[in-house]
Amino acid sequence: MRRVLDTVVGGLLPPLVAVVAAMLATGVLIAAFGGSPGDFLEVIFSVPNDRVLLTIINQSAMLSISGIAAAIGFRMGLFNIGVEGQYIVGSCAGAFFAGSGLVAGPLNILATLVVAAAAGAAYALIAGLLRVYRGVSEVISAIMLNYIALTMAGYLVTNYGQASGYTFTTERLPLDSQPLGFKIFADAPGDVWALSSLALILGIGYWFLIARTRFGFELRVTGESATAARASGVNVKRMTLATMALSGAVAGLVWMPAYFGSVHTFGTPENFQAGLGFLGLAVALLGRNRTLGIFFAAALFAFLSGQSNNLQSAGIAKDVIDITQGVTVLAVVVAYEVVGRRRAKTEAERVSRQLDAEREGASA
Amino acid sequence: MTTIDVEVRGIGKRFPGVVANHDVSLHIRPESVHALIGENGAGKSTLMKILYGVQPADDGEILVDGAPVSFASPTDAIAAGIGMVFQHFMLADNLTVAENIVLGAEKLHGIGDDAKREIREISDRFGFGLDPDTLVERLGVAVRQRVEILKVLYRGARLIILDEPTAVLVPQEVDALFANLRELVTQGRSVLFISHKLDEVRQIADDISVMRRGTTVGTADPKTATKRELAELMVGAELPSPATSESTVTDRPVLRLDGVSVADDTGRDLLHDISLTVHAGEVVGIAGVEGNGQSELVEVVMGMVRAHAGSIHLGEDDITRLSTRAVRDLGVGFVPEDRHRHGLVLDYPLWENRVLGHQTSAPAVRRGLVSRKGARADAQRIIDEFDVRTPGVETSARALSGGNQQKFIVGREMSGSPRLLIASHPTRGVDVGAQAAIWDHIRAARREGLGVLLVSADLDELIGLSDRLEVILRGRLTAQFDPSSVTASDLGEAMTGGEAA
Amino acid sequence: MSPQVSAEVMRARTFRYTWWLAALAVIVVISSVRLYTGADRITAPGTLRAATIGACPILLAGLGGLWAERAGIVNIGLEGQMLLGTWGAAFFAYHYGPLVGVLGAAAMGLLGGLLHAIATVSFGVDHIISGVAINIVGLGAVGFLAKTTFDDLEGGGPRNLSGYSTPPEFTVPLIADGARSLADRHWFIISDVAGAIAGVTTRLSVLTVLAFVLVAVTAWVLWRTSFGLRLRSCGENPQAAETLGINVYRYKYVAVLISGAFAGLGGAYLAMVASSSFTVGQTGGRGYIGLAAMIFGNWRPSGVLTGSLMFGYTDGISLLSNSGTLVHALLLLVAILLAVFAVIKVRAAERTTGLVIAGLSLGAFVWFFSSDTVNASFTGMTPYVVTLFVLAVFSQRLRMPAADGKPYRRGGAG
Repeated sequence: MRRVLDTVVGGLLPPLVAVVAAMLATGVLIAAFGGSPGDFLEVIFSVPNDRVLLTIINQSAMLSISGIAAAIGFRMGLFNIGVEGQYIVGSCAGAFFAGSGLVAGPLNILATLVVAAAAGAAYALIAGLLRVYRGVSEVISAIMLNYIALTMAGYLVTNYGQASGYTFTTERLPLDSQPLGFKIFADAPGDVWALSSLALILGIGYWFLIARTRFGFELRVTGESATAARASGVNVKRMTLATMALSGAVAGLVWMPAYFGSVHTFGTPENFQAGLGFLGLAVALLGRNRTLGIFFAAALFAFLSGQSNNLQSAGIAKDVIDITQGVTVLAVVVAYEVVGRRRAKTEAERVSRQLDAEREGASA
Repeated sequence: MTTIDVEVRGIGKRFPGVVANHDVSLHIRPESVHALIGENGAGKSTLMKILYGVQPADDGEILVDGAPVSFASPTDAIAAGIGMVFQHFMLADNLTVAENIVLGAEKLHGIGDDAKREIREISDRFGFGLDPDTLVERLGVAVRQRVEILKVLYRGARLIILDEPTAVLVPQEVDALFANLRELVTQGRSVLFISHKLDEVRQIADDISVMRRGTTVGTADPKTATKRELAELMVGAELPSPATSESTVTDRPVLRLDGVSVADDTGRDLLHDISLTVHAGEVVGIAGVEGNGQSELVEVVMGMVRAHAGSIHLGEDDITRLSTRAVRDLGVGFVPEDRHRHGLVLDYPLWENRVLGHQTSAPAVRRGLVSRKGARADAQRIIDEFDVRTPGVETSARALSGGNQQKFIVGREMSGSPRLLIASHPTRGVDVGAQAAIWDHIRAARREGLGVLLVSADLDELIGLSDRLEVILRGRLTAQFDPSSVTASDLGEAMTGGEAA
Repeated sequence: MSPQVSAEVMRARTFRYTWWLAALAVIVVISSVRLYTGADRITAPGTLRAATIGACPILLAGLGGLWAERAGIVNIGLEGQMLLGTWGAAFFAYHYGPLVGVLGAAAMGLLGGLLHAIATVSFGVDHIISGVAINIVGLGAVGFLAKTTFDDLEGGGPRNLSGYSTPPEFTVPLIADGARSLADRHWFIISDVAGAIAGVTTRLSVLTVLAFVLVAVTAWVLWRTSFGLRLRSCGENPQAAETLGINVYRYKYVAVLISGAFAGLGGAYLAMVASSSFTVGQTGGRGYIGLAAMIFGNWRPSGVLTGSLMFGYTDGISLLSNSGTLVHALLLLVAILLAVFAVIKVRAAERTTGLVIAGLSLGAFVWFFSSDTVNASFTGMTPYVVTLFVLAVFSQRLRMPAADGKPYRRGGAG
């Protein structure tokens, strides 16, 4: 009974409190500048129509993948703020490769996934190598790499892509490599993208890796205490590189559902969705780096973003949703911190109580 | 300088999980050295923090010169004339001696030349030999301690609290410290001296108070009390002895180092030309002032740093270039020097800590997968065999007392019957019960043919437990002693290269 | 003891001497490259003025980072605080004039700093996480505020505002003209130095002056006052500070608030000097670059200044029109400096590093001689690449405050 209660209080309450706090903060801000918080809540909590629902599902899938990429880093104590850059590089490389039609038919999908993951991993390794061999904080180097990735992608598409209207894009994905989606609403345009299922596969894989395998154990231990990991026989340098590469590989896959599902071409800024990598960090934090948590957090963020499109019509800037999301992250880490401290305290109390009782029992 | 009279009455403090203080009373007379003794975890440090205003007391009162005072922060304690030298020095490495000293007391003499002049003046008066402009990171342990004491004197403290000040010093340095303390008392100050080393206490103290399980259980007169009586008061029994009985040393080497050298990033040798053999059934003790290469010696054997010269053999196997993992797999148990940083993941349950360091071997891991069942069962075995006091294997390591954490680590490292045990400070900061148990386990394993490389700062432990002693000084093995005939003073002189004498 | 100290003093003197010599050598190389390539714009007053303007926001952010990190708090939220500053400058300047605009920007940055301080100091949240969250909130808040407060204004739109007055500019009489005419002669070295002088004395904004004054103020307060000593002690060993009766929380709060205010001023600079109008997302990562300048500068004010000038130069020229040929000439400069650096590294027995740098140098030479201009995309990328390179080369020699980024809780001492 206590364990169930612990799980509820420790695992579910903080995010709930955080979301409520963030809504409240956003509402107060809107009210402070003469808007109506009621309108805001009404729009956000309205029932989404089928089209918006599809968007939310697909966006949740991509955010989940991004969240997993970030979580892999977090579990090893790496702040891979470069998920955004690796996501851009992976998307760009994948789109160039898929569009070239080097591999024909459905196999092209698989090959493209490999290319995108490899590109993301390679790009992440730059930050990893700099950290391991030059002692550069991965946070700072990855931020620089994010800007470089965006500029490079633009340069490549402009110089090696094709013009479409005023912008440049990669070549279109051949028709025979376009997978069919899941048509869950007969009446609404669009479908759930085939590769959105990638989120489920990666989620289960991530859980198994972290919770069950020796590699996952060593990765976690390194994150909790690099010194203990080293004494236990983990090669921390190699683990840093492996984690960065793995995180980058997953980051490289983030945009693949959208690419194969509907966009079929890559070009910044129109034919690309920048920012998913950054949001992945928030999703991982909110979901506490657990698979189910990440799924829920991704769904929440996708829901907020999906609904925010209707805010314009209520006369509220849709940017407020960024505030909600940011405050949610801040509030949830504070809440986890508070719960964590409380839990350590109660456990220590419980242990000492139990041992006192034993001692008295023994002496009696 | 006026004298100070401090009395503590009925102090109580409740903490989750830690032995709290309850009904603690003691009286520190003016111009005296008052020793507070008690084993690790008896609540001495908690009392000190209360007396110095770091933490508030829940009950009781503190009287300074007869008047009750209350300390909300160290500032209040300092204002009342109380200063404290912590066991873990409270110095900022990147700041100079002067900056460390004037910090928080800038109003006295500013932060410029006046302050430096004052520091030189105090330093000269007590023969500390400190230069205000040196960066603290360049200083050795004994000098840092003098900086700490000067810090307290600079603020004009009349009562100086020293928490386990001799733990990191060799005997000659202890003598120098005691001379300094005597000088302080002659000049009108009082000293509260916290220790669990009974010989030292009888040597320096004017009064002795004893703490046990969070409360003061009595006082003693250092001139008449015997070591045995003090131990009786302190732990309710005789203190455990590390002494071993008959020798079990064989002629079968388990660990052999030949001319091993280790360099730091700049190419300077941290270890130079180390040759050393540990035989089956033998405990080889390494004595040395901290920072003379002990950590590197342990790490090079464990494959955590690389030797640039020489070779290391484990039995017949050449392990010079092997990784930590491979070295462990060949049958080496490792009790690291800092259990919180190297030995445990504090927030993990005990069963996951059972896996730590044994990620490649059953029963904790099978075919690349963590076996929860196997790890839980084996963690339970360690808890039973090594008498780890815990509600169960799901309890996080953090919730355990230091002694129980250490017993768990020793138990884990003895799993899978290793050939060699590398033990760094195996009983540092643990209670006497755990200390006795750990010594028993090491002795038992030695009887069964385990070779042990023991690094310790506790000279009694080294002399009692070892079959052979090696002294390490500036990265070289400089002297060898037979523990049955060596004195702590000989050892101390060798450890400092004769400088402290 | 005393021989050791005098050795230290000697080393410091030699170091300073080497430093001046190195600076002189760099100027000689720059001047030679200019003469060889004929790209006189490298050190033209206009270029250097753009560089100064590029440097100031980075400098203010970097100083902000310095304040926080000297007290042990990593403030990656500088970017968000700077963003808030851009809006604050525009809003308050539009309604109440430039002075209130600058103050408003600082106040908005301070507000962002307050949020960071609450999360990291009071609640012990990971500094990077809090910083990233603040950047998300900052961007959202500025977008929301711009639409809410600027949309209906004259000169305003949902994401921009212009038509507010900015702090005054002045040209230093005589010096500016004299230096300019010298610079126009394109003489070896003399004209380059004159170009720099003309660049900073022509149409100089009072905010630029403020930024440079704040470098000196920061250095003085942090290293010459007891307040500064206390603040720095919180970044070196907060437990030790606590045992000496210092209220560590208070100093950390003050440091992070000042940090935010400096970042806000950096935002004001962007919205009032670098440009005379406001747009959402005007900072473009300069908060992060400021952080990089601070790391490059080894957590010291003079170092932050050097780093900011370097990053500011690359940032400034990327905004100039037709900068392709200018950047192309700079390639040669980079190639030469890298080659020199490679030799130094090899002689210092860092063979691998030296060879890698030599390889980069060769690459730069090849690029220079095989092309006539550099693509505009790469120009925009320069500050980020330079930052990355500098960090990769220097980061191991850097010394950050010992307790920087580490959580601290009261009562843990002893």
